[in-house]
Amino acid sequence: MEKIIEIYGLTKRYGTHLVVNNLDLSVGKGEIFGLLGPNGAGKSTTILMLLGLTEPDSGTVRVCGLDPVRFPIRVKQKVGYLPEDVGFYEDMTGMENLVYTARLNEIPQGEAESRADELLAKVGLGTEKHKKTGKYSRGMRQRLGLADVLIKHPRVIILDEPTLGIDPTGVREFLELIVRLSREDGITVLFSSHQLHQVQQVCDRVGIFVDGRLLAEGEIGSLARQLFPDGQEASEGRSVALDDIYYRYFQGGGAGHE
Amino acid sequence: MIFITVIFREEVPVMNNITLKPFLAMVRKEVADHVRSWRSIILLGIVALTCMGSLYTSLSNFTEAVSRSNAENDFFFLNLFTLSDGTLPSFIVFVSFLGPLLGISLGFDAINSEQNKGTLSRILAQPVPRDYLLNAKFVAGLAVVSIMFFTLSFLVLGTGLIALGIPPTAGEFIRMILYTIISIVYVSFWLNLSILFSVRFRQPATAALAGIAVWLFLTVFYPLIVNLVLKGIEPSEMATPRAVYIYQKLRFGLVQVMPGELFNEITSTLLVPSVRSIGPLTMEQLHGTIPGPLPVGQSLLIVWPQLTGLIALTLLCFVLSYLSFMRREIRSR
Repeated sequence: MEKIIEIYGLTKRYGTHLVVNNLDLSVGKGEIFGLLGPNGAGKSTTILMLLGLTEPDSGTVRVCGLDPVRFPIRVKQKVGYLPEDVGFYEDMTGMENLVYTARLNEIPQGEAESRADELLAKVGLGTEKHKKTGKYSRGMRQRLGLADVLIKHPRVIILDEPTLGIDPTGVREFLELIVRLSREDGITVLFSSHQLHQVQQVCDRVGIFVDGRLLAEGEIGSLARQLFPDGQEASEGRSVALDDIYYRYFQGGGAGHE
Repeated sequence: MIFITVIFREEVPVMNNITLKPFLAMVRKEVADHVRSWRSIILLGIVALTCMGSLYTSLSNFTEAVSRSNAENDFFFLNLFTLSDGTLPSFIVFVSFLGPLLGISLGFDAINSEQNKGTLSRILAQPVPRDYLLNAKFVAGLAVVSIMFFTLSFLVLGTGLIALGIPPTAGEFIRMILYTIISIVYVSFWLNLSILFSVRFRQPATAALAGIAVWLFLTVFYPLIVNLVLKGIEPSEMATPRAVYIYQKLRFGLVQVMPGELFNEITSTLLVPSVRSIGPLTMEQLHGTIPGPLPVGQSLLIVWPQLTGLIALTLLCFVLSYLSFMRREIRSR
C-alpha cells in the first residue's frame, strides 16, 4: 500500500521532558488511522510536527512524500487539519468563515462559495450557514471545522480530538460523517482521541500511544496478540476486548511496559 | 487600501509557487475587521473631535496671529496645524499625543486574540507562509491609519481653505503631505510595538498594558530620569566651552531615543519653515545667518537623521516580532 504519512525515529523534547520518543509510524493511502492515547501522551505534538507547526528535534517525517519542515506550504496544500477545540472568527457567519479559508487556499470566489454551500449541507449546517459562528454550539463548531478542513480538497485530514465536548448522538453522527467522507473521496484520515470506543468504531488501524511511544499498532483484532504475545488472552483471540488492553496499559502507564 | 491592492496586483503572478492572493484576502479581512469594530469607531471619533477642537482654536485667533507675525512669513497656512490659543493644544500636539494610543489600540490583540479564539492554528494550517499573517495585520493597521490621517489632513486643509479663502502654496502643500506621511510612520512604530507585545504576551490586556507602559515611560518617566542624570553632571559656570558643548550634546543625544521626541522634532521643523536647526548651535555657527524660512528640501535635510531613527525603531519592533513569531510552536488555544 502507498504510504501517505511516514514517521521515522521522531523525537521532540521540551526542556528535559521527552514528549515524543523515537516514534515510528506509517499510515497508508485511504486508511482511517486512530491514534489512541491518554492526555499528554504526545499525540498533539506529533500532529503539529506533521504539519510543520513545530519542529522535531530529530527523526524524519514525510507527508505525501514531502518534509513538513522544509516544505510546510506544499504539505498544507494537501493536508487538512482540524485542531483540538477549533475556533472561528465569531463576527463572521459560517459561510464567510469557509469562504475565507477557501480564499487562503487560492480557490476563486465563485467556486469557493458553491463549494462552501455544498459542504455546509454535507455536514448538516445548511440551515445555519448565515448565522454568526459566535452563536454556534460546540458540536456545530466542530462540524463547521470538518467542512473547513474539506474545502481545500485535501488528500489527508488530521483530526485532533474532534469529538471532545460533543454529546453522544452528535459524536456518532460526526464519526459516521468522517467514515463516509473518507470512503467516498478516498481521503486518508489520522484521528487522534483518548476515547477508545470512538476509535474502535471508525478506525481501520489503531496505534496505542503512551508517553511519547507507540506501544502497539495494528488492526484492532491483532492488537491483543501484539500486546500479549505469550499471554492467555491471546489464545482467546478476538474475545479479548480492547477495553481491557487499553485500561490495563493506561493504568500501568508506560512504565508497565518497561 | 486601494493603492496597496493595485501595487500588489501588478505582481500577483507566481513567485516560487507562492502568490499574494491569500495575502490580499487576509489584508482585506483585517481591514474589514478594523473598520467594523467598535474600537476603531471610538478611536476615529476621538481623533475627529480633538482635531475639530484644535482647528477651531487655531482658526478663532488666526487673524490675530497672522497680523502679529512678521511680513516675510508667508507660510501662514501651516499655522492651522501649529497654532493654539492656549485653551486647547494645537493639531500637531494632539496627533503626537493620540498617535501612540491609536497605534497601540490597533495592534495589541493582533496575534494573541487569534490564539485565544483558536483561529491561529486553523489559519496557519492553510497553505500560506506564516509571515503573511503578521504582515497582513501590520499592513491592515497601516492602511486604516493612513486613510484616517490623510482624511484628517485634507479635512484640515479644506476647512482652512473655506475659512481663510486663500489656497496654500505648493511648498505648504508638500509640507503638509510630508507631515501626514511622517505621522503615519510614527503611528506605525506604536502599531509595531503593540504587535510585538501581542506576539509575546498571551493576554491582550497584558499586551495593551505593556504598550501603554512603554508609552508612559517614554513620555513621562524617561525625561525625568534624563533630567536627574543631567543635573548631576551639569558643568559649572566656570567650565570650559568644550565641556559645556559636550554637555549640551549629551543632553540632546539622550532624548533622541524617544520616538515621541523624534516625531516632535520632525513635525515642528517641517511645519515651521523658520526652524533652522535641531539641537545645540554655537554662536559661531549662527554668525552671519539671515533669518528666513527654509525651502522644503532643506527642512527635510535637517530632520533626516530623526526620520531615519524613527523608521529604524519601527523596523526594529517589526523584526523582533517577526523573529519571535516565525519559529514558535502553534498550539490550538
